[in-house]
Amino acid sequence: MSRISQCFGALHAASRTALIPYVTAGDPSPAKTTDILAALAEGGADIIELGMPFSDPMADGPTIQLAMERALAAGATLDTTLRALSDFRANHDTPVVLFGYVNPLFQRGFEAISDDLASAGGDAVLVVDLPPEAAHELTDHLRPRELDFIGLFTPTSNDARVATIAASATGFAYYVSTAGTTGDAIAALDQVSERVERVRSISQLPVAVGFGIRTPDDVARVATFADGVVVGTALIEAMKQSSDPATAAHDFVASLSSALR
Amino acid sequence: MTVTEGYFGPYGGRYVSEILVPNLEELTRAYKEIVPTPAFQAEMDALLSDYVGRPSPLYRADRLTAHAGGATIWLKREDLNHTGAHKINNCIGQVLLARRMGKTRIIAETGAGQHGVATATVAARFGMPCVVFMGTEDIERQRLNVFRMRLLGTEVRPVESGSQTLKDAMNEAMRDWVRHVDDTFYVIGSAAGPHPYPAMVRDFQRIIGVETREQCLAKIGRLPDALVACVGGGSNAIGIFHPFIDDKEVAMYGVEAAGHGIDSDQHAATLVRGTVGVLHGAKTYLLQDEVGQITETHSISAGLDYPGVGPEHAWLHAEGRVQYVGIDDKRALEGFTLTSQLEGIIPALESSHAMAYAMDLAAGLSKDQHVVVNLSGRGDKDTHTVAQAQGLEL
Repeated sequence: MSRISQCFGALHAASRTALIPYVTAGDPSPAKTTDILAALAEGGADIIELGMPFSDPMADGPTIQLAMERALAAGATLDTTLRALSDFRANHDTPVVLFGYVNPLFQRGFEAISDDLASAGGDAVLVVDLPPEAAHELTDHLRPRELDFIGLFTPTSNDARVATIAASATGFAYYVSTAGTTGDAIAALDQVSERVERVRSISQLPVAVGFGIRTPDDVARVATFADGVVVGTALIEAMKQSSDPATAAHDFVASLSSALR
Repeated sequence: MTVTEGYFGPYGGRYVSEILVPNLEELTRAYKEIVPTPAFQAEMDALLSDYVGRPSPLYRADRLTAHAGGATIWLKREDLNHTGAHKINNCIGQVLLARRMGKTRIIAETGAGQHGVATATVAARFGMPCVVFMGTEDIERQRLNVFRMRLLGTEVRPVESGSQTLKDAMNEAMRDWVRHVDDTFYVIGSAAGPHPYPAMVRDFQRIIGVETREQCLAKIGRLPDALVACVGGGSNAIGIFHPFIDDKEVAMYGVEAAGHGIDSDQHAATLVRGTVGVLHGAKTYLLQDEVGQITETHSISAGLDYPGVGPEHAWLHAEGRVQYVGIDDKRALEGFTLTSQLEGIIPALESSHAMAYAMDLAAGLSKDQHVVVNLSGRGDKDTHTVAQAQGLEL
């Protein structure tokens, strides 16, 4: 069983919802990423989404676009991202999902990145622009290494589509709360809750909700119906306002985590 | 979508955020079911004839021919279309389709502004609100077209992210589209993007090649020996090439922007110098670094300043059916000047790349041969840029 499945199993037994912070690797600099990951884990992250910087992040709003621009300007690459992950893994067990766009993975080669991620101690990949129809090119290499491929479900996915995406997904389902980009406001929670239930019943996967979740209060409310809560944009904003991003990340995640206990 | 639908060989596909997939499926159905119907075709033909002014002439450029001293040079006069370029052919088709699909809002991206103006024009014609995304660097280079769009009632939304050019405008249009999936139709201007756009845009631009074929048969009595067209994303080129693909005796040349030189790092010659990757929803050739970050491009022509290329061109390149070549800024300016002064036709800087290559090509062919250049747009919009290149201020 993958580390992510074990994580959800343990949380389920404790009737808890997973807190899943997102940070962009290399923001503000590649040298700080390992410390930031450790701060997230120590602040109470159950799973971490580690964003791979890309020059053309079409699914992201301005906050994460700028985080990626900062990271690339500071010299972040897939190699620096994997190195930070590997250094983090030496002292922490928190599962890490590599999150991003397909082109940097395609350039590395899907088999090579699967090898590299496994040896860095990563647990899963979430690719925003790799639809299930083409996902096998990557999942064929992830599966034998027990790496999960996180499925992305959206408000526009009908039942047939949910089943198609679920067929290639393992680990958990990421439900995008709103038809928009990262940082946009969350849709009405009763609608989100209904859709989460639908995705869970069709896919049989634990469902984490992301996009537009910013505060401890948001986290607590989404946790009433979701198996996991993803917070990215608000965390990056908190880190950006601080001269000590790791401490800011720790404190921000701790405040969210306390809303889940 | 099956794995092969929407692909040209290994290129193309639908590499987009999941939010857009149902929309692209709906669009694919509409494109397949509505576009071929006689009612749709009749409505489109009437507008292409009476609103756009088609068919566009095939003009024998005698003085350019004499100057090159070889093959006869013919110009397919897409510059004479309403709004001054080939772009409107596609906009008419897509906006008509949007109306039939019940969409009420139009968005588009633009580089040189030609596609933005064409979309703004057709949106005005049908009374639909329209937003055009445009990089701030392009807004500066193409002020005339920005004002034209605003005159037509379109909102031009500046894009400040990334390199502030066409690729970033396309990113921002995609972001807008995911926020307005229900009511908005995204009119992509190039034969690029996720399936079905590359095929759909090609089909709406094929009229260029279909007419050229008939006109060659009527005026020359046979098919031409070569076709030349500029390639940014590649819509005018695929439009003129496509009806000739099975005619092996017709050579085809796609002319990319070599900017400051094909061996510099400042060009936009994607097929000549690029590698395969995924951007804007398609697997195709890209200008990118070794770790898959898209690199900034340069061309004097905003319409060719794009790091990707339509996936069907990637396939025609890989198959060897079309030769892709580069023409740098300096030679494009020479093509611009020659066409202006020898024929009294001021070509778009994009088309000037094709003109420059065609002059060389014709010079190396014999006098009984015929070269057709797709003169995809007129150059009024570029006078500011050309003056600047000559050290003048207008």
